[in-house]
Amino acid sequence: MPVIEARELTKIYGEVRAVDQISFEVAPGESFGLLGPNGAGKSTTMRMIGGTSLRTSGTLLVNGLDPEVNGPEVRANLGVVPQQDNLDNELRARENLVMYGRYFGLPYSYLRPKAEELLQFAQLTEKAAEKVDNLSGGMKRRLTIARALINEPRVLLLDEPTTGLDPQARHILWDRLFRLKEQGVTLIVTTHFMDEAEQLCDRLIVMDHGRIVAGGSPAELIRQYSTREVLELRFGSERNASLVDQLRDFGRLEVLPDRVLVYTEDGEAALEAVRHRGLVPVTSLVRRSSLEDVFLRLTGRSLID
Amino acid sequence: MTDFVDTNALAYSGRALQPARQAELTRRWGWWYQAEWRLIGMKAYWSSAVGTALLTPVLYLIAMGVGLGTLVDAGSGGVGGVPYLTFVAPGLLVSTVVMSAGSELTFPVMDGFKWSKLYFARSATAASALQVSIGELVAVGVRFLGEAVIFWLVLIVAGVVGFGSWPMVLVAALAGLSFGAPLMAYAATLEEEGFQFSLVQRFVIAPMFLFAGTFFPLESMPLYLQWIGWISPMWHGTQIARMLAYGMPLPWWMVLLHLLFLVAVLVVGAVLAIRFFTRRLAR
Ligand SMILES: Nc1ncnc2c1ncn2[C@@H]1O[C@H](COP(=O)(O)OP(=O)(O)O)[C@@H](O)[C@H]1O
Ligand SMILES: [Mg+2]
Repeated sequence: MPVIEARELTKIYGEVRAVDQISFEVAPGESFGLLGPNGAGKSTTMRMIGGTSLRTSGTLLVNGLDPEVNGPEVRANLGVVPQQDNLDNELRARENLVMYGRYFGLPYSYLRPKAEELLQFAQLTEKAAEKVDNLSGGMKRRLTIARALINEPRVLLLDEPTTGLDPQARHILWDRLFRLKEQGVTLIVTTHFMDEAEQLCDRLIVMDHGRIVAGGSPAELIRQYSTREVLELRFGSERNASLVDQLRDFGRLEVLPDRVLVYTEDGEAALEAVRHRGLVPVTSLVRRSSLEDVFLRLTGRSLID
Repeated sequence: MTDFVDTNALAYSGRALQPARQAELTRRWGWWYQAEWRLIGMKAYWSSAVGTALLTPVLYLIAMGVGLGTLVDAGSGGVGGVPYLTFVAPGLLVSTVVMSAGSELTFPVMDGFKWSKLYFARSATAASALQVSIGELVAVGVRFLGEAVIFWLVLIVAGVVGFGSWPMVLVAALAGLSFGAPLMAYAATLEEEGFQFSLVQRFVIAPMFLFAGTFFPLESMPLYLQWIGWISPMWHGTQIARMLAYGMPLPWWMVLLHLLFLVAVLVVGAVLAIRFFTRRLAR
């Protein structure tokens, strides 16, 4: 049985179609991503999975149950990490875990040792007695993830787990999430970072304006919607656009305000050819295609503006 | 990066209850888990709350007993045949508890929705919005009881009331919740904090305290002002408390009416609060 089964799932806020007839399935143990820019409908989808946002139409089953009907049963299987940390700032780090665990009917005799284990997992043992107010952003984020694990959920919903974190904190978090995945926890991750999606997700859907614009594994998506390599050329902001006509025959182009992207199987060869034509870029870069390119191709826009 | 945890046992140690059992327990006890958290959260201001709860009746006793009371008693021989202090003390007990609803069920509610967003954290657990709102009332009810007991003990020590008057502690907590539940419902509808709570303080709580029969019998006011008492949980609670404290004559059906009023307002307030909490936590 799939962990999540969404059919034509739709959420309308007044005039806004926040989530617009999306269908997807998530298998047990899978690490599934929702990638899309701000406002794509990722958080709304996550809230509908937890039953804390009521869908306008469509069907949704979580472990075979409708979250709007069997909210407590569905949520007892879920660990929820919301986009914004909502810890109790008045309580200490350890107390935040214990009190949250109470909401799942768990006794203190289970919660006390479990909280210590989770604090270690989140590398917060030294901060256990610290008020949450005094923790850094990265620590709060890890505490929120630890909190979501207190009831040993089979499914973890992570809404933009690393937004706002510095690179080191992000890597610690990714490592932690990877270990959970290894233990068979199903991860459902939203992000607008392509590198995060590539790191964490076995499979993902790309969302835009509430709709699914593509789906598959990161490698499949790149193969399907992009070329192997990308040549990035910067001619200076005035010249970028005017040189486009002379570059057309090298492959598909994307003209961004600060650079021109040339999609090609062989970036070095393309760069050679550009130089040969007497066009001298200020800087150039050959790189592998990423999900960012997929998104650009699908929507004509960058993920992060 | 060192690791001391057996990460393999982290996700499923086998020690946690089965999810179905978790859900079952939370369906039954979720309201209490919420109350528990709120009460533990109160420890941040626990000592100051106890201090205030002790100091308030002491100050009232001095002001009303030694000050105003002497004057009233000398001028008119008390109120309704009892010394002024005896008359005013039950009213002060009830009003003090009712007024603390003005702080316990306003900003903390806004905080749960808007600042710390803790209500959202809780609604992501196995608990429901209904349980969160009920638990909040239960926790605040416990706090009211504590406050009322302290006030009452001070009155006992000062010899103002006898031990037999203890049910007024319950009446005070009931009156507090009766005023607090609609207030909580209102607080749950506010998206932005502006001046609303200070308006409530100034134009609801303060007039209620002054005109709802705490300091002088409601009947001594002109009829066109007496409605302030009739719609105030403070007055209804105070009337019962006076009967309990010094046997103020009150027919049984009036006692029943006062109680019915308090319970009815509490129930309506709680139903509205549940509705607004649910609407806001699941939209
Ligand atoms: N509670 C709400 N009320 C009204 N509109 C909302 C609400 N939540 C989200 N939206 C709108 O729904 C759309 C999708 O939002 P969201 O799911 O938060 O996107 P994402 O998480 O991908 O950034 C946005 O246009 C947003 O403004
Ligand atoms: Mg979001």
